[in-house]
Amino acid sequence: MAKVVPGVLKGLGVTFKELTHTVTPKRLGGGPATIQYPHEKEAPPIRARGVIALHEGNCTVCMLCARSCPDWCIYIEGHKEKAPPRRPGGKPRTVSALDRFDIDYALCMYCGICVEVCPFDALFWSPEYEYSEPHIADLLHDKEKLGEWMETVPEAPELEVGADKKKK
Amino acid sequence: MTTLTDRQQLAYIAGQAADARLNVELETEGMTLNIGPQHPATHGTLRIICRLDGEQVVWAEPSCGYMHRGYEKLTEVRTFPQVTTLINRIDWLGSFANEVPFILAAEKLMEIEATPRAQHIRTILFELSRIANITLFLGDMGVQLGAVTPVFYAFRDREYVLNLIESVTGGRFHPNYDRIGGLKDDLPKGFIDETKSVMKTVRAFCNEMEELLVGNEIFEARTRGIGVIPREIALQYGLSGANVRASGVDWDLRRDQSLPMAWNKVDWKVWTHPDGDSFARYWVRLQEVREATSIVEQLLDSLPAGPIMAKVPRIIKVPEGEAWVSTENPLGEMGYYVVSKGDTGPFRVKIRSASFNNISVTPWVLRGVYVPDVITILASLYFILGDIDR
Amino acid sequence: MSLGVVIPYWGQTIFRALGVAVAVLIPAGTAVYLYLFKMVSFMQSRLGPMEAGPYGSLQLFAEVGKFLQKEDLHPDNADRFIFKAAVFVVFLTVFLIYLAVPFGPFAVFADYSTGIFFAIAVSSVSVLGILMAGWSSANKYSLMGGLRAAGQLIAYELPLSLAVIGVVIQAGTLNMQGIVAAQVNGEIFGWGGIGFPYILTQFLAFVIFLIAAQAELTQTPFDMPIAESELVAGYMTEYSGFRFLLFFIAEFASAGAFAALAATLYLGGWALPGVSLDASWMNVVGPLVLFTKMLIIMGLIFFVRFTYPRFREDQLQRFAWKYLIPIALVNIMVTACFKVAF
Repeated sequence: MAKVVPGVLKGLGVTFKELTHTVTPKRLGGGPATIQYPHEKEAPPIRARGVIALHEGNCTVCMLCARSCPDWCIYIEGHKEKAPPRRPGGKPRTVSALDRFDIDYALCMYCGICVEVCPFDALFWSPEYEYSEPHIADLLHDKEKLGEWMETVPEAPELEVGADKKKK
Repeated sequence: MTTLTDRQQLAYIAGQAADARLNVELETEGMTLNIGPQHPATHGTLRIICRLDGEQVVWAEPSCGYMHRGYEKLTEVRTFPQVTTLINRIDWLGSFANEVPFILAAEKLMEIEATPRAQHIRTILFELSRIANITLFLGDMGVQLGAVTPVFYAFRDREYVLNLIESVTGGRFHPNYDRIGGLKDDLPKGFIDETKSVMKTVRAFCNEMEELLVGNEIFEARTRGIGVIPREIALQYGLSGANVRASGVDWDLRRDQSLPMAWNKVDWKVWTHPDGDSFARYWVRLQEVREATSIVEQLLDSLPAGPIMAKVPRIIKVPEGEAWVSTENPLGEMGYYVVSKGDTGPFRVKIRSASFNNISVTPWVLRGVYVPDVITILASLYFILGDIDR
Repeated sequence: MSLGVVIPYWGQTIFRALGVAVAVLIPAGTAVYLYLFKMVSFMQSRLGPMEAGPYGSLQLFAEVGKFLQKEDLHPDNADRFIFKAAVFVVFLTVFLIYLAVPFGPFAVFADYSTGIFFAIAVSSVSVLGILMAGWSSANKYSLMGGLRAAGQLIAYELPLSLAVIGVVIQAGTLNMQGIVAAQVNGEIFGWGGIGFPYILTQFLAFVIFLIAAQAELTQTPFDMPIAESELVAGYMTEYSGFRFLLFFIAEFASAGAFAALAATLYLGGWALPGVSLDASWMNVVGPLVLFTKMLIIMGLIFFVRFTYPRFREDQLQRFAWKYLIPIALVNIMVTACFKVAF
């Protein structure tokens, strides 16, 4: 307990400096480190994993996403249809049609494996995060809702210097 | 009232009998105090059973397992990318660091190496998770001792690091970014400058912590000489990370191993402290954060250009074999022993987590200390429950 | 009182009862808003409660409302009568201290001739309340908190009393109004501009008084009895709802009480320099002056509380017995020598 004065007083100085920093107005460089959430919002980074959006036109019901989900939270149902032949006189083609594509966000781990493995670029990440519901059942987003999220999908960010220009 | 099955009833009776045995075997004088599993001081659901004589601990034993999630069993039925997602959640504060030894083990089995750029960025993110993890510790130790203000500075300055990780990987806490052969994406534009300014902020935070806590006489009175773990005991109990470096052992896996990561390409120092008490453990971790900021800056300056992913097939089947890789994680030595039978997923993964071995020293170190010192020692050993229980 | 209205004795009693309730609750409420919600938030780089009322000024009422609507719980094994009575013992002590503090020339609830002695004596009754709370809670953590509190509070009674003796020697009286008068009428080397606040000569005693008050209030760095990260809430663990609210108010109100004592003893109390001691308008302005001085000293107490880690119990005791008490005794000797000499 010998030199009580210096160390403890320096600690008081640090908190006092922080106090004055928080009360100085923002235009003078001060302000708190927090934002008042419902009134002010911070924009998440472009790559932030908020919600998954579905581009239905690209989906061929290959089921790769449903198989690779660690939680098995994607529910897909589809059927095969006969579409008219590409040129007259040919055989009718079979195409897959998507009946049901649900993602259960109550189970989703936000890992992104489904988005990554999709070979046809039908799934995209969007940084939207304000979709909480009072009922857990409403967290099962169906095809239409997932299609609505497509509007919020941002462009991929530019890459840093030194990155390979060709993306896989 | 739900009816219990026979098996549940048996388990209940066995648990009661075990508790009774515990009480009967010890003397009946003194008070048994349960610190946890619900307690503000343990980092999660850890239960320490202490036998007290007044305010002194006569006997202590940790009882973990309240958070066991069955990781090693879960990995048996999942593919390699799915396992990478899961193991993020073992040490959830420095989460990128959990993925790295597993991916390195898989790459060892496939006998490929990630591209130089990927190795560099892996190391940068590894050190960023170290900074995120240990800055929380620096503030948290203050809370365990009663100082409520430093932890807010820790969270405030850690936010910048988490924002950096989010801008690269998309997730603040669970990046899920490492892939066999490289990384998922490249860095976004502006990352290098942003990171350099954040490193300056982190260094300013370290200086603030030094003034607020390390220089504080009350903090020193509470931590100096408390929970001294001598060198031999630390080595015998298998402590790792800053705990063993604070007991004077010069041991750091980043320097001593030659893994395909970029630590040997930069200039950095291993910090040790001869005392082995709680103050030493705090001090060593403070210096480690500073060192990590310097490592990140050097790596950013020497970042090679090139592809981010080596040539790997689309569906990765890891060849048959067994591999063990361990790295110097923020909490200590974390290692994975991966057994593969040529499938898309591992056959068996054994996870060696640092905190499980770190708390094995608690019965030895908690004997004879006062109850407030129990909290100080547990705080300075710094375990994360996800790491202990997996 | 020269108001021209004769108030019967029962009316005066009601007036006094309401007055002391106001005197206790207003410093407590102001301290909670100003220091617990706002000052600590600014120190921690955040803004604190902002939603309830403009800048969160009504947050306190929201909290009181929340506590009042909670269920009145008590543990199964608790000793019910003592469990319920403990809170009131602690709360009562705070009122008793406010009784002795003068707020104006006539605005004093009980002008004892040994005012300061009475105030320090009754402040130790709260130890009983804390022990009762800790023991009757049927909870090992509460018990440990209560025992630690007993040791700590009794140990720090001594520096508190010894620090006051220097002031008493200088003023020559134990009466609180007399101490205020002595400070206002005193002169520093012949200059009577600001009177003679005893903080100038008794600075060491002032510091000791504040440290001992911090310990008496079980605030960090002396908050072993509560020790939030070890004992959850110490002796208050099992209390919830209205009873916890009473403990909470008692904690802040007694911070106000000790600040009022410190302001009266060392800073001149309700009096302003240059204003006559008998002016009857000082009955209205005096409380405001004292309140301002109380807020300054409470600011110091809470500033220290939110910055430092806590001492361990034995370090705390060592600090009191081996450092504070000898220094306070030396202070008394020096004061006595100077009083005789000058």
